[in-house]
Amino acid sequence: MAAGHSDHYDVIVVGAGVVGLSCAWRTAERGLRVLVIERARPGAGASNVAAGMLAPVGEATWGEDRLLDLALESHRLWPRFAEELAAAAGGEIGYLDLGALHVALDRDEAAELRRRFELMRSLDLEADWARPRACRELEPGLGSVTAGVHAPHETAVDPRSLIVALAAAFEAAGGRLEVAEVTAAVLDRERFAGVRTQDGREHRARATVLAAGSWSAAEWLPAEARPSIRPVKGQILTLRGPASEPVCERIVVGERVYLVPREDGRLIVGATIEEQGFDTRITAGGVHELLREAYRALPDVAELELVEANAGLRPTTPDNLPLIGAGEVAGLLLATGHYRNGILLAPVTAERIAEMLESGHPEPVAEVAAR
Amino acid sequence: MEAALHASGTEIVTVALRRVDPAAQGSMVELIERLGLFALPNTAGCYTARDAVRAARLAREAFETDWVKLEVIGDDRTLLPDAVELLAATETLVDDGFTVLPYTNDDPVLARRLEDAGCAAVMPLGSPIGSGAGIRNPYNLRIIVEAATVPVILDAGIGTASDAALAMELGCDGVLLASSVSRAADPARMAAAMRGAVEAGYEARRAGRIPRRLHAAASTPDEGLPDLG
Repeated sequence: MAAGHSDHYDVIVVGAGVVGLSCAWRTAERGLRVLVIERARPGAGASNVAAGMLAPVGEATWGEDRLLDLALESHRLWPRFAEELAAAAGGEIGYLDLGALHVALDRDEAAELRRRFELMRSLDLEADWARPRACRELEPGLGSVTAGVHAPHETAVDPRSLIVALAAAFEAAGGRLEVAEVTAAVLDRERFAGVRTQDGREHRARATVLAAGSWSAAEWLPAEARPSIRPVKGQILTLRGPASEPVCERIVVGERVYLVPREDGRLIVGATIEEQGFDTRITAGGVHELLREAYRALPDVAELELVEANAGLRPTTPDNLPLIGAGEVAGLLLATGHYRNGILLAPVTAERIAEMLESGHPEPVAEVAAR
Repeated sequence: MEAALHASGTEIVTVALRRVDPAAQGSMVELIERLGLFALPNTAGCYTARDAVRAARLAREAFETDWVKLEVIGDDRTLLPDAVELLAATETLVDDGFTVLPYTNDDPVLARRLEDAGCAAVMPLGSPIGSGAGIRNPYNLRIIVEAATVPVILDAGIGTASDAALAMELGCDGVLLASSVSRAADPARMAAAMRGAVEAGYEARRAGRIPRRLHAAASTPDEGLPDLG
């Protein structure tokens, strides 16, 4: 591995979350020499707590057409991405074709769900209205349900397995991963030429990719290179029961909660949305709200073991669109700001970043967003 | 959100202390200040007077203002104000030097008691928070407006522009908007509609409406016309 001990690379990726590692893996696969620098450990940030829903239909909302297009494109890329990753890493990533059932639990929620359903239909998304009996046929564990929307093609992946696989596939493709804290940008005639780490070493590359999630507006960046990213806190729970008797078989989404089953009997219950800055405390209120809403939807959750409560920070832009492409300083690319959609958008982000890195012609962020 | 704030023409944005960290980078408060608007802290999520008073004091530190939109909620199904706790919190905060704007029921007697306690305005609901059910009791709202010597601001229940226009026609001095704009399919457009509605209602109130009649009255009078019979 020629790149191993050299401090000159083609590409440096800052941040080994799902987005950073996906970009790094797809770029290394194209034969470029890639170094990933991670502060803590791979997937230590939002990737560690994400539910891993790949659900563009459920995420559709008013005024976010461009985000929806990007999400649908990435959703189409996922099956091949998952297959190639599993092959490259030699391990499973928990990619499951589950489908999702959105449920309304009272009349008010039904009116709101109907409104969302009309939106889904106006956007030609695949979703069907389901009466209460049809909902129960799909998910017999539902409590009192007033109406539902079945989105059969929503999928899910286990982000923790995904991180392990991405790291393995990246290293198998010749990439190098280092744990170190970036402390400064290396600039060469106003062009980004790499980064300096806490141990004083300088790592140089033709291009640097910023994939540092909520920490992307870092102090070590020149002020003009800092993207407009803020952290949005999410609390999320992991419950566990027997794998043979899951509480639900597909993703179940209520107005204020979603539940994602995993093959091993775990059930992920997410997630709060809180504007609290860099705060990752688990609060009684947050846990209460998630459990209350999960219990309303699927009363059987009361029998499950509560095995984890986590909080993470979603990197968020003012318009909820991710930043993918060239930033304000030459030599620096952005792959950040994915908010609630980092896992879903990882394949499309990786394809675009890898393509730009290989061609050497990065497109500005705004142009990528407008495509 | 920036587009909606701009389109509405608002000068004040209220922010829940419990739900927003004012010091956070890129936060809503940063946006509000960048737009030159006044960030009014509120005590949303408080269920007792003690809780609300504590939140208001924290807000005074964090937001560097004596103004507070006081919310003391009775239960989380209706989100209706708890009259007893609200009045108690108001008295404490007024004594403490706060400018208190209480979110209250559409109860004329309670509105008067709040005013007597020293509120800077009263903010009755039209219907429950986020319900979009409009103004359910316009009679009570009229009585509140008639009796009040402080501004009356309709605080909850607006679903669409005509609700805001009605509030202003009934004599309110302003309206508070949240869900009706933020959850609209096109928030900036709804915000612009609200601005027009508030202005229309304000002008209509001052223009002096005609009384409602049971029978028609021709808009062109027939007195003094030549008798061609």
